[in-house]
Amino acid sequence: MSEKETGAAYSAYVLGLADDALIYSHRLGEWLTWAPALEEDMALANVSLDLIGQARSLLTHVGSLDGTGRSEDDLAYLRDERDFRNVHLVEQRRGDFGQEMARMLWFSAYQKALYAALADSADEQLRAIAAKAHKEVRYHHDHAAQWVVRLGDGTQESHERMQAALTWVAPFVDELFDDSGAAVAAAVTAGVGVLPSSLRSPAQASVEAVVAEATLTMPATPKWRSRGGREGVHSEPLGFLLAEMQYLPRSVPGARW
Amino acid sequence: MFTPPEGARRSRPGHTVLMYGNDFAEPDDPGAGPLNAADGGAVEAAAAHVDTKAREGLASFDAIIAADQRIEPRDAMPEEYRQTLIRQIAQHAHSEIIGMQPEGNWITRAPSLRRKAILIAKVQDEAGHGLYLYSAAETLGITREELLDRLHTGKQKYSSIFNYPTLTWADCGAIGWLVDGAAIMNQVPLCRCSYGPYARAMIRTCKEESFHQRQGFELLWELMRGTPEQQAMAQDATNRWWWPALAMFGPRDTGEHAVTGGHTEQSMAWGIKRFSNDDLRQKFVDMTVPQAARLGVTLPDPDLLWNEERGHYDFGEIDWDEFWRVIKGDGACNAARIERRVSSHEQGAWVREAATAYAAKQRERADGAVGAGEGSAA
Repeated sequence: MSEKETGAAYSAYVLGLADDALIYSHRLGEWLTWAPALEEDMALANVSLDLIGQARSLLTHVGSLDGTGRSEDDLAYLRDERDFRNVHLVEQRRGDFGQEMARMLWFSAYQKALYAALADSADEQLRAIAAKAHKEVRYHHDHAAQWVVRLGDGTQESHERMQAALTWVAPFVDELFDDSGAAVAAAVTAGVGVLPSSLRSPAQASVEAVVAEATLTMPATPKWRSRGGREGVHSEPLGFLLAEMQYLPRSVPGARW
Repeated sequence: MFTPPEGARRSRPGHTVLMYGNDFAEPDDPGAGPLNAADGGAVEAAAAHVDTKAREGLASFDAIIAADQRIEPRDAMPEEYRQTLIRQIAQHAHSEIIGMQPEGNWITRAPSLRRKAILIAKVQDEAGHGLYLYSAAETLGITREELLDRLHTGKQKYSSIFNYPTLTWADCGAIGWLVDGAAIMNQVPLCRCSYGPYARAMIRTCKEESFHQRQGFELLWELMRGTPEQQAMAQDATNRWWWPALAMFGPRDTGEHAVTGGHTEQSMAWGIKRFSNDDLRQKFVDMTVPQAARLGVTLPDPDLLWNEERGHYDFGEIDWDEFWRVIKGDGACNAARIERRVSSHEQGAWVREAATAYAAKQRERADGAVGAGEGSAA
C-alpha cells in the first residue's frame, strides 16, 4: 500500500479518538454555570478546553489522512450521526456531578493509557498530538480522582450517590477497550494505533485504586454493555447533541464564522 | 438613523488579500488600534501605582484618601466606606457570575470549534472574575456564602444588562463589543480605586475584558463580511444591545432623568468612583461610533450626530422607563437568571457538603497521625 492508502485505511481509527474528545468536550461545556462551585466551573471548562484542543488537532489530521482535505469544522459540523465514531460513554446526557466524575475518571484513565501508548506510534503527527495530550489528561484524571475520593469518603449522601454513579457508568466501560472493528485492525497493522484491550489493565488499575481510597466498591458486572459507537451506531442522545451543535453552520451553508 | 460612511460596508475585504499571500495590513484590520478603554495604557499605569503611605507616615483614613493612596484591609476605615465597598464589589461579582448565563447559552451552539473554545474560555474567565471579586469582598469581613445568599434572595443586585436574552449567535459578538466595552469604560477608573484589593482585582479583570471585547468585535467583523443572513444577524444584535449597553452607565447625573440621593457624591469623595455616569457614557459613545462605521453596522439612534462645537457625539435619550422596569424585575430574563442560579446552587449543595466533610475527616486523620507519631516516638 502507498503511504496515502495506508493513511486512508487508519484514518477511521484517528477519527474515533477525535470524536471521543469532541463529544466529551461538548458535554463538559454544558456544565458551565451548573457546577457546584465557581472553582469547579473553571476546572470543568479547563478540561473541556483541553479536549476541544485535542479534537481540533486530531480532526485536522484526519482531514489530511483520508485525502478529503476536510477541515476540523467540516468534520465536526457537517457529518451526520452515523458518521461519528465516538464511544457511547461520552455522548450520554449530563447527569449529576457524581456521574460526571465517574465518567471522567474512566475516560481519563483510558485516555492516559492511550496517549502514553501512542508515544510509539509510526504516525509522527499522532505522536506529537499524543505527547501534548498525555500531560493534559493526567491532570483530568487527578481532578476526577480527587472528587471521587471526596464524594466517596464525604457524607452518607455523597457516598451513596458516588456509588450509584459508578454503577451508572459501568455499562459504558467495555466499549472503550473493544478491539473489534476494521479501523483498529488497520491502525494496528500500520503500526500507528494500539489495541484498546491492551489499555484495559493500566486504566482499570488506576480506577480501582481511586475507588478503594474513596471507600467505595467496584460495581458488579452490568447486565448490558454499550457497543457500536466506533461503527457509527450510537445511543439516542447523540442525535440531539448534534442537532444542537451543528444547526448554525448548516443553516447558513458555506459561511465563515 | 446614523449611517456609517461610504466604504465601511465592504464584502470580505481581507480574504482576497490573504489568499494571494499579500501581507499588507488592512487599514481597518480588526486587530489594529485601541478598541476599548483598557487599550490605551490606563490599566498599566494603574498597575504601576506604588503606595508611599508608609514612607510618608500617612496613618489616618482621611490622610490616605487625600493623598490618593490605597486603603488596605488592615487599615482603619469608616463603617460606611466598608459597607459601600461590600455592596459595590458584591454587585460586581454577582454580575460576573450571572453574566456567565447569557453567553453560556451559546456554548453548545457555537458555529466553529475555534469560536466554541473562545467562548468557553470567556465564560471561564467570568467565573474567575467572580472569584477575584468575592475574594476582594471577603477582605472586608464577609463571606462568599453570605454574599451568594444575598444574591439568591434578591437583597443584592447584579447588572441589569444580563436580564436581556441572547437570541442569536451575533448576540455573543454584540455582548463582547458593546457590553464588555461599556463595562471596561466603567472599570478602568476602578483600577485606581482607593481600596487596594478591589483596584488590583480590577487591573486583572480589565486586561481580560479587553481581550473579550476585541473577540466580540472580531466575531461581528466576520459576520459583517459574510452572507446577507450573517450581516442581518449582526445588525439585529447591534439594534437590540446598543441601548441597554448605554443604560449600563446608570441614571443621568443631571436634568430631569437624574436620580438624587444616590451614593455618587460620597463615592467620589472616597476615591471609589472617579467619573460621573454621563461622562463615562459620552466617552463610550465617542469611542464606539467610529467602530460601528468600521464594522459596517448602523447604530439605532436617529439623533446620533457629531457635534463639532462640543467635540463629542450627540445622542438620543435612553428609554428610562424601560431601564427602571427591568431593574425592578420586569425584564425578559430576571426571573430565569436567578432561578437558574439558585437551582445550580441547590443542586451542588451535596457536593459542597461532601467536600467540607471530607476536609474535616482529613484534618482529624492528620491530628490522629500526629498524635500517634508522638506516642510512638515517646
